[in-house]
Amino acid sequence: MSRQAGRGTESKKMSSELFTLTYGALVTQLCKDYENDEDVNKQLDKMGYNIGVRLIEDFLARSNVGRCHDFRETADVIAKVAFKMYLGITPSITNWSPAGDEFSLILENNPLVDFVELPDNHSSLIYSNLLCGVLRGALEMVRLHFSPRKGGGVVEVLAGNENLEPSADISTHPLVQVCGLHDFSCCESMSRAK
Amino acid sequence: MTRPEMADETLFLLLHNEMVSGLYRAAEHGEGENGRCITKLENMGFRVGQGLIERFTKDTARFKDELDIMKFICKDFWTTVFKKQIDNLRTNHQGIYVLQDNKFRLLTQMSTGKQYLEYAPKYLAFTCGLVRGGLSNLGIKSIVTAEVSAMPACKFQVMIQKM
Repeated sequence: MSRQAGRGTESKKMSSELFTLTYGALVTQLCKDYENDEDVNKQLDKMGYNIGVRLIEDFLARSNVGRCHDFRETADVIAKVAFKMYLGITPSITNWSPAGDEFSLILENNPLVDFVELPDNHSSLIYSNLLCGVLRGALEMVRLHFSPRKGGGVVEVLAGNENLEPSADISTHPLVQVCGLHDFSCCESMSRAK
Repeated sequence: MTRPEMADETLFLLLHNEMVSGLYRAAEHGEGENGRCITKLENMGFRVGQGLIERFTKDTARFKDELDIMKFICKDFWTTVFKKQIDNLRTNHQGIYVLQDNKFRLLTQMSTGKQYLEYAPKYLAFTCGLVRGGLSNLGIKSIVTAEVSAMPACKFQVMIQKM
């Protein structure tokens, strides 16, 4: 029978769909449970944090990376090793602050949003907020305390915005996700708390 | 858009664990009823199962019968999701199937003793939904329940609802 054969190569891709769909179901459920998009964002961040705290152990055990000597190296490891390993993508790193303590990660094709269309009434929902939490949790465990910069929130630009590069205006926010309905990309910039 | 290798399964396991504890945490803080958590998890699984089976059966041959579908669930579906096949499939040929997994992936991280046995059901609800959702999209209405008697082993009972 045809379906017994040739599953091997596809199974890895399928498992990513499992993750994407499961995440989608989770966000949907949270949207039902909480009236407010802000609360959903907060909840996603909290869950992400808990995941990050555990994920870092898995990461260190598998990846074989050593100590990072400076923040730029850390950024490289996050983008090129960690994101590659877990999501199969390599976000680009931009927007270094002059002091070298803040940068943006831009996810050109974010696997989390593969099957996603955000309805109009969830304009302040940050769909991939889990990722921010994961990064925060994971980095805290290796004693890098990242925090959203004071006064900044999370900005999400919905459909119709062709400008996927963070503009100067947006980049003043610590965590920025820019997305269009069909072409979702997000970027996160983080500042390093002293 | 092709992404050949992705989403390490660790991520799914962690997400699943966090989903369970997140829902229960919210329930404890009075932001939802406790008894509803299982239902919620089951419904989430249902939705995911529907989506997965849709994408998964895209290029497969037509199924012969119910048993053929169940075999598909036990082999291909289970392998994709949990990286192993169901160890034992039994049926009474009257619409009840028992799927036994001797080392169920979502339970392997827990202690094998009796200590956490009572917490097992909440880690199985999502999977019950997953199976029910998958079957539902293949045109089979069912009720799926799970039971655990010794830790990483687990039995799923699928009761087909005749339409």
